[in-house]
Amino acid sequence: MAQAEVRDLHWRAEDPFAGVNQRALAYGLGRSYGDSCLNDGGLLLSTRGLDRFVAFDPATGVLRCEAGVSLAEIIDLTLPQGWFPRVVPGTKHVTVGGAIANDIHGKNHHRAGTFGAHVRALELCRSDGSRRVCSREDSPELFAATVGGLGLTGVVTWAELQLRKVAGPYIAAETVEVPDLDHFFQVSAESDARFEYTVAWVDVLARGRHIGRGLFYRGNHAETPARPGEAGRGRLSVPFDLPSATLNRLTVSAFNFAYYRKNRRQRGEREQHLDGFFFPLDGVGRWNRIYGKRGLLQFQCAVPTAAAPEVIRELLGRIAAAGQGSFLAVLKTFGEVPSPGLLSFPRKGVTLALDFANRGPKTLELVRQLYAVARQGGGAFYPAKDAVMSPEDFAASYPRLAEFERHLDPACSSGFWRRVREGHPYQPSLPLGPPAAGGKGVTP
Amino acid sequence: MRRVLVLGATSAIAEATARVHAERGDALFLVARSPARLAAVADDLALRGAPKVEGFVADLNDLSHHRELLDAAEAALGGPPEVVLLAYGALGSPVVLDRDPYAAVEVLNTNLVSPVALLTLVAERLARAGRGTIVGISSVAGDRGRSGNAVYGASKAGLTAFLSGLRARLWRAGVHVLTVKPGFVDTPMTAHLAKGPLFAPPGAVAQGIVRAVDRKADEVYLPWFWRLVMFAVRHIPERIFKQLRF
Repeated sequence: MAQAEVRDLHWRAEDPFAGVNQRALAYGLGRSYGDSCLNDGGLLLSTRGLDRFVAFDPATGVLRCEAGVSLAEIIDLTLPQGWFPRVVPGTKHVTVGGAIANDIHGKNHHRAGTFGAHVRALELCRSDGSRRVCSREDSPELFAATVGGLGLTGVVTWAELQLRKVAGPYIAAETVEVPDLDHFFQVSAESDARFEYTVAWVDVLARGRHIGRGLFYRGNHAETPARPGEAGRGRLSVPFDLPSATLNRLTVSAFNFAYYRKNRRQRGEREQHLDGFFFPLDGVGRWNRIYGKRGLLQFQCAVPTAAAPEVIRELLGRIAAAGQGSFLAVLKTFGEVPSPGLLSFPRKGVTLALDFANRGPKTLELVRQLYAVARQGGGAFYPAKDAVMSPEDFAASYPRLAEFERHLDPACSSGFWRRVREGHPYQPSLPLGPPAAGGKGVTP
Repeated sequence: MRRVLVLGATSAIAEATARVHAERGDALFLVARSPARLAAVADDLALRGAPKVEGFVADLNDLSHHRELLDAAEAALGGPPEVVLLAYGALGSPVVLDRDPYAAVEVLNTNLVSPVALLTLVAERLARAGRGTIVGISSVAGDRGRSGNAVYGASKAGLTAFLSGLRARLWRAGVHVLTVKPGFVDTPMTAHLAKGPLFAPPGAVAQGIVRAVDRKADEVYLPWFWRLVMFAVRHIPERIFKQLRF
């Protein structure tokens, strides 16, 4: 496999494309699971040197920062001043640039929409040497193409975000047991009205009438201020890739059962630090290594509301039957807040996210089945969590694709783009996700 | 709060070290060549908690600016600096340096002549104040000349020797001098080199620098393992060393 050459960007005032004579892709912390953040045979423009804050107004919560700043760094800076990002995914180790490129979502999609909905402006550098500040008012088409644009419209150097006011670092959280899929939909409808954050963890090995069994997490920001001297949690780390034999039906089953039991005991209401509520897996460094050297395959679809009960049941049924359980199956309803990007993934309906240990053809076959089932139900797929979708799946997921393509930067490309638009097929040898990736937690 | 003067503030190690100071609430006076880069760094440090951040644009190879910038620093910080971080330097291209004497002189000017001139003025002011710490970023490359970068090594060897002499001269006056010898650091200076496990991130080096300032260390290798590596490198007999290709 041809590796990508990496060049570090350091200064936002300088042209990121200077001297670039091959197809390039901005690269942040590499937390996308598939090839949408990779560019084999091309150039990766690493934005981690663009990690400066530009301006922050603690009166209004408007933050301007460079694209390589991570959400963790933003939270460190603004939480003590009473501000928190409006949308966070399951890990805080993502950059602002990456969050924009994938127009990420969180547990509050039903209230807040996507990350891009809270981007007030961004600066985009294009390979023709131009540099433009884009927002809903200025260059709105380029803004809509860049939010969710997978890094293919140029390089974002800085962005301005609207944060939200919070009293402190705590979430008034509640865990509810959900015995089956019907109950998930009931609890979800009831919870979305009362809670800013909602998400369900699903036991993927449950069969028959138990399909959809799981735990429903919901919460709101607590009014409690920070308690002085409370330090962050200690960090565990998975020291090396585990042999893939450790991950079999038995261990996954045991894990799911243990997880279910442990968390069932924590049912009810409690006040929880937001790190544990939003970013549970950030507490386990390099957790992806439990999947061994072959890594994991991710799958995430969004299914329209009407078809959702049937399609989700079918998907979970097939996974249980195949016995290829995943540690983390996550179910959430997306709300109606429109996403600003032409290629934004979230849309009204229900989303299911899964990961599978990559066991080669067998796993690929199952994931392909899931794509077929979801697509029949009108489902759409998420490039950030994909290594399998076909050009047809992609085109069906994104009806505004043609409009988007008018804004492509000719010097930009990615492994994902070549796969879904230029007919370069999926290569099973592709190591999924970058080697040092931490990863997303249980947020869909 | 301490008063900190950073010379070469847009170098990666300097910027990372300044962030540690900013988070501690220290006041910063930053000197660098490029106005745009300096402004980007200064804004960031102010947001990270530095109560005062001032910038001064100067090419430190032009020795005629040195007094002026030290006066400006004292005026802005409200007194002589308590920590002076000298963090600028040039690596130069070995290929060019081996053939071009003017390029070699330029590296010596940036890494040795200018720092000696500037620190001479700094030393005088700190000695008068009777306190303060001078931090000089030298390099493990100054411990022994290698075939691959003789000029850079020579400039850093000179700086290491100068800092050592300065330390011996100033300690009676209550001024402390710290020599920092980083190994490979992942910065724009080393962007063209293939990265291996020996490369340290600037943030880790910055933490080590501030720790060494706090405990008044005289000389520190960063990361620590370079002390062992360079102990071994220094003890290879010259007869063998000259045959090694590195």
